[in-house]
Amino acid sequence: MSTDPLLKIESLHKSFGTVEVLKGVDFSMNQGEVISIIGSSGSGKTTILRCINLLEEYQQGSVTLDGVVMGYKTDNNRRVRLPESVLVKHRSMTGMAFQQFNLFPHMTALRNVTLGLIKALNMDKDEAIATAERWLERVGMLARKEHYPSQLSGGQQQRVAIARAIAMNPRLMLFDEVTSALDPELVNEVLSVIKSLATDGMTMLLVTHEMAFAADVSNRIVFMNEGVVEEIGPPEQIFKAPKSERLASFLKGTTI
Amino acid sequence: MEPILFFNELLGSYGLILKGILMTVKISVQAIIYGTAAGLIIGIILEYGYPPLRYLFRFYVDFIRGIPVLVQILAAYYILSVIGIQLSTLGAGILALSIFCSSHVAEITRGALQAIPKGQIEAAKSISLTFRKTVIYVLLPQALRQMLPTWVNTATEIVKASTLLSIIGVTELLMTIQQLISRTFLSLEFYFLVGFIYFLINFTIERIGKGIEAKVTIA
Repeated sequence: MSTDPLLKIESLHKSFGTVEVLKGVDFSMNQGEVISIIGSSGSGKTTILRCINLLEEYQQGSVTLDGVVMGYKTDNNRRVRLPESVLVKHRSMTGMAFQQFNLFPHMTALRNVTLGLIKALNMDKDEAIATAERWLERVGMLARKEHYPSQLSGGQQQRVAIARAIAMNPRLMLFDEVTSALDPELVNEVLSVIKSLATDGMTMLLVTHEMAFAADVSNRIVFMNEGVVEEIGPPEQIFKAPKSERLASFLKGTTI
Repeated sequence: MEPILFFNELLGSYGLILKGILMTVKISVQAIIYGTAAGLIIGIILEYGYPPLRYLFRFYVDFIRGIPVLVQILAAYYILSVIGIQLSTLGAGILALSIFCSSHVAEITRGALQAIPKGQIEAAKSISLTFRKTVIYVLLPQALRQMLPTWVNTATEIVKASTLLSIIGVTELLMTIQQLISRTFLSLEFYFLVGFIYFLINFTIERIGKGIEAKVTIA
């Protein structure tokens, strides 16, 4: 078991109507690894994350996380999406931070974090509060635990959202362009939280436009182009010695 | 105007008027409670239900909202008795108003749910909440805040519509006043009084609504 990858994506195909967004994506991740997915808009980066945690249905391929085939089974050679009650269980192995934070506006920062602990993991209230406070402290938001999202800056909201996801103790954290909606001066506070989680050994899959950050924090980089993995490798190779021409021309427009 | 005569009559009949007010409040409160409970469930089905169920309740809401509430009251009283369901005038009246209320609450619930950003459901899924728990803890609390002002408006509509129960012979406030007028011929005075009482009831509802709104609004 321990030599198997934590996450294995095989031949993932996803279409929105007639538009094929993912045209057969394959890669795997080891426990404790940090991978950043880069690529131009529309190359399918975000869709990969949303297929992994089953927010999207996909037409072909499979995602295996920690030995569990996520979301689908094969019945008499027919591929069937599992019922929502099972999807909920599978989904609990992943945590996700969104571009738009998506905090619950009617709850304080603390309750945003405790909600899943109490209502999904059935933790008792005191334990949930202790867990939530530990994670809020970790992202530097403990002092604002009684604030509502509308009373927090974008960077603060994103840090609470990361605490909310990670407090659920997922096997794999997914970060979907978590700094894209932030003012430039708020980007660093969020990136430094992610970096410290990486240092802790959390397995993380990021979609990002922050190339310097991706190079700094990742073990490997996946370059997506037109729905397929065009190139995958360690940051030095991807950024300094790209093999594919498309990657080279994509990197020309970016600075690291 | 016969002010002295009117105050004399008022002194002699305030017990009846009070009874009429209580009846109007009782009818309205029941219709609003039943109508709101049913309307919330129907609203959730309209927004998230399986298609066949959704079409069924879409038809229900459009059908009810297209019929005058007076016709619904007469139907609840006369048509139900034809098919063997014998309701009292009061029961039929409350049923009709509850149905009327449910169709309006369903529509405003659906609208409020639709206005919630899709990311809220995705965030709830991402922390492994079941759909039922997502509705209870994430969607409804936001929808209820959003729909509160419109809902208060619906509640006052129900109070006003309760006057129509006088047609099938329920002795609510308007009926009580009309009986007093037919005895005393003080129509101007008593109609002015009853208008003022309805205004007071609805003004109170509005104030309570504003109070709740101030309490649940997030800074």
